[in-house]
Amino acid sequence: MRLSLLLGLALSATALIAAAISLVWTPYDVTALAIADKLKPPSAAHWLGTDHFGRDIGSMLMAGAQTSIAVALVAVGIGMGLGVPLGLLAAARRGSLADEVIMRGNDLVFAFPSLVIAILITAVFGPSALNAILAIGIFNIPVFARVTRGSALSLWTLDFIRAAEVAGKGRARISAEHILPNIANHLIVQGTIQFSLGILAEAGLSYVGLGAQPPTPSWGRMLAEAQTMVTLAPHVAIFPGLAIVLTVLGLNLMGDGLRDHLDPRLRRAA
Amino acid sequence: MSLLSVGNLSLSIHGAPILSGVSFEIAPGETFGLVGESGSGKSMTALALMGLLPQGAVASGSAEFLGQDLLALPERALTRLRGNEIGMIFQEPMTALNPMKTIGDQVAETLLVHRAAARGAARDIAREKLARVGLAEDRFPLTLYPHELSGGQRQRVAIAMAIALRPRLLIADEPTTALDVTTQAQILDLLKGLTDEEDMALLLITHDLAVVAGRTTHTAVMQAGRIVEQGETEPLFRTRAHDYTRRLFAASDHRPARAAQTRPEPLLTVENATRDYLLPRPSAFAPHPVLRAVDGVSLTLHRGESLGLVGESGCGKSTLTRAILGLDPLQGGAIRLGGAEVTAGHTMPAGLRARMQVVFQDPYGSFNPRHRVERLVAEPFHLTGTPPDARDRVAAALEEVGLQAADRRKFIHEFSGGQRQRIAIARALIIRPDLIVLDEAVSALDVRVRAQVLDLLARLQESHGLAYLFISHDLSVVRSITDRVLVMKSGRIVEEGATEAVFAAPRHPYTRTLVAATPTIPARWKEPAHAD
Repeated sequence: MRLSLLLGLALSATALIAAAISLVWTPYDVTALAIADKLKPPSAAHWLGTDHFGRDIGSMLMAGAQTSIAVALVAVGIGMGLGVPLGLLAAARRGSLADEVIMRGNDLVFAFPSLVIAILITAVFGPSALNAILAIGIFNIPVFARVTRGSALSLWTLDFIRAAEVAGKGRARISAEHILPNIANHLIVQGTIQFSLGILAEAGLSYVGLGAQPPTPSWGRMLAEAQTMVTLAPHVAIFPGLAIVLTVLGLNLMGDGLRDHLDPRLRRAA
Repeated sequence: MSLLSVGNLSLSIHGAPILSGVSFEIAPGETFGLVGESGSGKSMTALALMGLLPQGAVASGSAEFLGQDLLALPERALTRLRGNEIGMIFQEPMTALNPMKTIGDQVAETLLVHRAAARGAARDIAREKLARVGLAEDRFPLTLYPHELSGGQRQRVAIAMAIALRPRLLIADEPTTALDVTTQAQILDLLKGLTDEEDMALLLITHDLAVVAGRTTHTAVMQAGRIVEQGETEPLFRTRAHDYTRRLFAASDHRPARAAQTRPEPLLTVENATRDYLLPRPSAFAPHPVLRAVDGVSLTLHRGESLGLVGESGCGKSTLTRAILGLDPLQGGAIRLGGAEVTAGHTMPAGLRARMQVVFQDPYGSFNPRHRVERLVAEPFHLTGTPPDARDRVAAALEEVGLQAADRRKFIHEFSGGQRQRIAIARALIIRPDLIVLDEAVSALDVRVRAQVLDLLARLQESHGLAYLFISHDLSVVRSITDRVLVMKSGRIVEEGATEAVFAAPRHPYTRTLVAATPTIPARWKEPAHAD
């Protein structure tokens, strides 16, 4: 196992564990205000300091991890859940009308800048974490559909698929039994990368006020709120920023490392 | 005075021994054959001479070429030699050329890299070399791209690149293995002509004894990283001093013992089958041009018969096979199996599908790498419903093809190519079909493994009363295992008849070309040198 994969796994695991712990315990209550303690720099009582309402930044980061991960996870779930079957269908019926409709629909979604559409969706349906999830999830669908179709197409030319056809198996059954297990590596790797992009997208939407609404803590909104106070108390901006950067970096390293680890040809060259 | 003198060449890669004590000499202008099965180290020998070994390789010994030891030269000196004094051509013409550059530029590049000519002069030399390898200016201008050429023509371009600087030695690693038999004969003739006229030595590496037999003066036989026997080609073939040479020789034209068991009852009938493909539109609103891949083919295959279908790539035999297997629809005509019509896709009843199975060429692509052998072999039970004794039947099928019942728990990557083809045969046998379609089923195998698999096929045919449709481009294999043969060209059957009669006295000109182009070991070489 390579160092980058280990580092990626460690960083991703840290974010995940922080989010899991915050479900049951955080050092301080993230909704309680303590104006007297506002904008305290890091200290023994508050390891990462406090914000302009005197809330503990460490606790808010833990709870914010929960929001980020939940949004990204569900968004990737939507993308995979719809994109993979669509991609399998397009590959199984290559050149048919269904293939054309699916892939041109894909192109259509790809043609829009995703964040602008996300802003549109939240502007129409109102800002909330749920709408952010939907917006990010919809843009994951074509990504997975394309990766699935591309890798499935090369498998469809192989003889073991022909043998399955001679054994009377239908295309749906062949897709599930022979194609899907053989493209799982690609999907896992793509999933990790989309997951990190989802976290970035959620932070971006929350930053402009279209994601999770107060009092739900969110890394993106923490950054936005810290903006005016950067010169006064830099730690208020630095720690949420670091959380985003390190988590995304960790997921990307993990995705890259997994690709090498799951592909036997690359593993040998390592 | 020899041109190349290899002495005691040994090679290991990451500690694993690949070559040990390989020694041979090539005289100027000589044609030297290096024969061996896959994994014997023949390609590694060539790569060691070119200094193109993979990472982790450690070579020892010597390779004297024009007074220099190739193994001791630094990389800079080797790059001056490569392409200049030593040229090389590879097996796969489809990947040996850069698809983004014209053939003229690619041949000229060799000259420019070695600063052998100025740009204008390089193009003239390129033109001349391409004409020399049979690509005349009027039909093959320098501005053509590789995708506009056939496989054989691309191999000619590769040869033109290799000989552009008139190297003293040309290394050809399986140069014709990926080509059709008629193209193979032309390329081999071209190489022979080049060595004669340009005073160039040729190191011809191949797995095919017959290719070496007609064209080399000296031959070395390799096995497991060693040269087991070498000498002048004809005496070597006649005496066959080493046991391994004898076994290779016997396997190369092996004929399994088989008795004709054809019953007069027709099993598969194809009547006037026609299959068209739509090609891309030449312009936006033009109609699709139509390619007729199978053009009014009719054939009958009887119960228990072994029928060969021979033809070169692109003749339509694969398309016909797909239609027979019920994978593609026909545009005209009909296919019947035991009286019932074969239709494409899910409209074909499972009971009918269960009467025929298939074995493919590629032992590596024929199996889902994520399933165990048990599940792979049992796949056709989908047609019949899984019987209660499925496990025992899988075990029995594996034993029948010469594997062990315990192998059913293994994954496919744990088996060699020959074993995989046996598993493919077990998969075809498991539901006791009447007909097995063998689509180039032994083409990817080494000669000795091929002989064993042919024996197995003959034995199974006898014990199960199977009918075979044996599709191949390899005439010698078809000759050894079929009762009757069809010759296909451009979508039509051009000749049909009893196998021996067709091969002994071909009537159609195309069949005659095919038979003449097939490399053979001269019959008189097969008799022992000492008549006792």
